[in-house]
Amino acid sequence: MITEKDIEVFIDGIKHYFTTATELNIVVETPYLITVNEISVNDYTGIIGISGERKGFVLVTASEYMLQDLVLSLGEPEASPNLIYDVIGELANTISGNARRFFGAGFMISVPLIVMGQPERIGSVRDTHGYVIPARWKSFSFQLVISLI
Amino acid sequence: MKMLIVDDSLIVRRKIEREINLADLTEIVTASDGEEAVEVFIKHKPELVTMDLTMPRMEGTECVKELAAIDPDAVILVISALADKATAIKAVKNGAYGFLCKPFTESDLNEALVKCIAFSKKLKGNK
Repeated sequence: MITEKDIEVFIDGIKHYFTTATELNIVVETPYLITVNEISVNDYTGIIGISGERKGFVLVTASEYMLQDLVLSLGEPEASPNLIYDVIGELANTISGNARRFFGAGFMISVPLIVMGQPERIGSVRDTHGYVIPARWKSFSFQLVISLI
Repeated sequence: MKMLIVDDSLIVRRKIEREINLADLTEIVTASDGEEAVEVFIKHKPELVTMDLTMPRMEGTECVKELAAIDPDAVILVISALADKATAIKAVKNGAYGFLCKPFTESDLNEALVKCIAFSKKLKGNK
């Protein structure tokens, strides 16, 4: 069961990431509930498996254009495919890891799984629910999805 | 002074390497997981290490323990997204000197490394 406080923790985390790493604020739009099999992903998706006291996953999905810009904003001279692939995983990892400030060490996170395009399956149970947190950085839209029990 | 950067993220390794503005650091080597870190550490004998925690093959707190056992005078700064106090305390118990939470700014990084370098010099001075 995801609570309002859980959603708030992840919204704070994603805002903190972009403010600190890029010195630019993001705009967070209204979160909404979906079933996991309704999740629509963008060009790249970073997925973190959650185990321990909570179970589920956290994912961040974004366009290649946004990730190219993000890589450059992090100080890289060019956005190579390796760095684009890497940055979506690091973004998902940082937001999930920072959530332990609220959830504690029992909120165990996996190393990131990075997927290009539509994954065959997200999570282990297809009819579980998740919250989509839509956000915008610069002119780019991206999504954070959390599904936790 | 030699430094080892350990992180499974290429972009983080490059960010740390690029944003260091400290004359004391003359050589930087890198590793992308805990097992590689142990190998590089033995080969290059760095005095300073930055260590991620969530990594494949060998996770960071275990790696900190191994490096501290090999060279107790190596100063290890954990740089991780894991923001809970228990993780930071465990890392320090295993032999880390300090903890810097991701995401970090260039000044956060350099301030933390200045403290690590000062501590490393103090350790050498005491010998």
